[in-house]
Amino acid sequence: MLSELFFGYYASAIVIFSLLVVTRSNPVHSVMWMLLLFFHIAGLYLFLNAEFVAAIQIIVYAGAILVLFLFILLFLNLREELKVKRFIGAWPAGLFVTTALLVIVLSVVRSFVPGPAGKYSIEFIKQETHTKALGKLLYTDYLFPFEIASLVLLVAIIGAIVLAKRKTRSK
Amino acid sequence: MNDIFQFIGNAAGMNPMIKLGIDIGIILVKIAVVLGITLLHVAYATYWERKVIGHMQVRLGPIEVGWHGFLQPIADGVKLFFKEDIIPANADKPLFYLAPVIFMVSALTSLSVLPFFDGFVIADINIGLLFLFAMSSLGAYGIILSGWASNSKYSFLGGLRAASQVISYEIAMGLSLVGVMMMASSLNLSDIVRAQQQHPAGMFAIPQFLGFFVFIVAAFAETNRLPFDLPEAENELVAGYFTEYSGFRFALFFLGEYTAMLIMSSIAALCFLGGWTIPKFIMDAMPFLLNVPGIVWFLIKVYAFMFFYYWVRATFPRYRYDQLMAIGWKILIPLALFNIVLTGFIKIWV
Repeated sequence: MLSELFFGYYASAIVIFSLLVVTRSNPVHSVMWMLLLFFHIAGLYLFLNAEFVAAIQIIVYAGAILVLFLFILLFLNLREELKVKRFIGAWPAGLFVTTALLVIVLSVVRSFVPGPAGKYSIEFIKQETHTKALGKLLYTDYLFPFEIASLVLLVAIIGAIVLAKRKTRSK
Repeated sequence: MNDIFQFIGNAAGMNPMIKLGIDIGIILVKIAVVLGITLLHVAYATYWERKVIGHMQVRLGPIEVGWHGFLQPIADGVKLFFKEDIIPANADKPLFYLAPVIFMVSALTSLSVLPFFDGFVIADINIGLLFLFAMSSLGAYGIILSGWASNSKYSFLGGLRAASQVISYEIAMGLSLVGVMMMASSLNLSDIVRAQQQHPAGMFAIPQFLGFFVFIVAAFAETNRLPFDLPEAENELVAGYFTEYSGFRFALFFLGEYTAMLIMSSIAALCFLGGWTIPKFIMDAMPFLLNVPGIVWFLIKVYAFMFFYYWVRATFPRYRYDQLMAIGWKILIPLALFNIVLTGFIKIWV
């Protein structure tokens, strides 16, 4: 009962905050609602006993990525939303795609079957601690995908450096 | 202390609702105790700082209010409380109100995972250290928003400077503590202290000297203290991000900054200096020290680190902004990464 109540609160709060993020006219206010949204997502992870993912959610998304969003907004100094036809003219296409996506998701949800319970039960996680269990799995069974992900990030870093360097050279 | 709590819990019988109520009550009492003591400490940290720096500069510091100026923090608090609360025209009011609250809350929330002595911690969670990082990154929002919402160029520049400084040094701080996590193989602060007790050196500051060095420098920058106090550089930016704040809202920023210093000192004491324990060889040499309660050792370490903050402030000039960024990205982060690799090799081979 209590767990359903918690989940209901987090799920509805996430939906409401997401709506607030996209409807605010002041972008800085949008970012603040997004911060609250990230905290609720972290709460949902905690609720699933995934404490490490919850902490990383706050540190990476709220602590780094959203601050960078805020940085960009501060540099642009947008007090009000820009309403140029070029930016918002394509809204019927957007509406069509999102509605189609919603229909697909809703029709798929009905045939959802939970997978068989594996080794990593809540008791196991509680005993082993989530960080340790995740770390072991990531560096043994899933080492190759993990390394591929790091390689992708490395490519992105090099790409950013190359782009930034070229601009200074042409001046 | 926990035995007493457990005794009360057992005496109340088996009813789970009563037990839950008592648990919540105990947590509330712990929160009240920790908050009350910390805020009093923070108030007197300002007095202590003024005295220390005063004597270092051959002055007396506060001397008029009470015995040797002992009531000065209380007089300051009363003054700030009754000052007029001015809000600039065209300020973004909701965010202007929210910014000091976020700053203060993020600092005070960090207190909940700090073990002050063996067994006394409000929330003994497995990800204690990560929780501290998360809260310190939340504190950056208070600074950026105060700078933006004030609608003033000095505040804005201070806010931007603070944001880039805090983000850059958070990486160095996080990486400097990875060595500690590896040596203790835990993120729980109580377990980290216990791991140091088992270590022959008695504290991680000795095997992790590189990490400790990086942590100290990053801690100064994270709390916007001299020699890295560019966000509030008086001779360029009036007071930086909180220029437009007056009265009690200013006091919230002030309290938040000193609470953050106290938390950084506590992290240093817990992760590098052995928390509430002292090294075993000292204990063996002087067995009568066993009778000293753990909180005394913890507080001595925290005060020593706080004194170091004041000492540095009285000694060093401010860095230039490009120097600050160069130190963070070109020296501290590579050093911290090197420390992680070194710790890993030592863990494998030794």
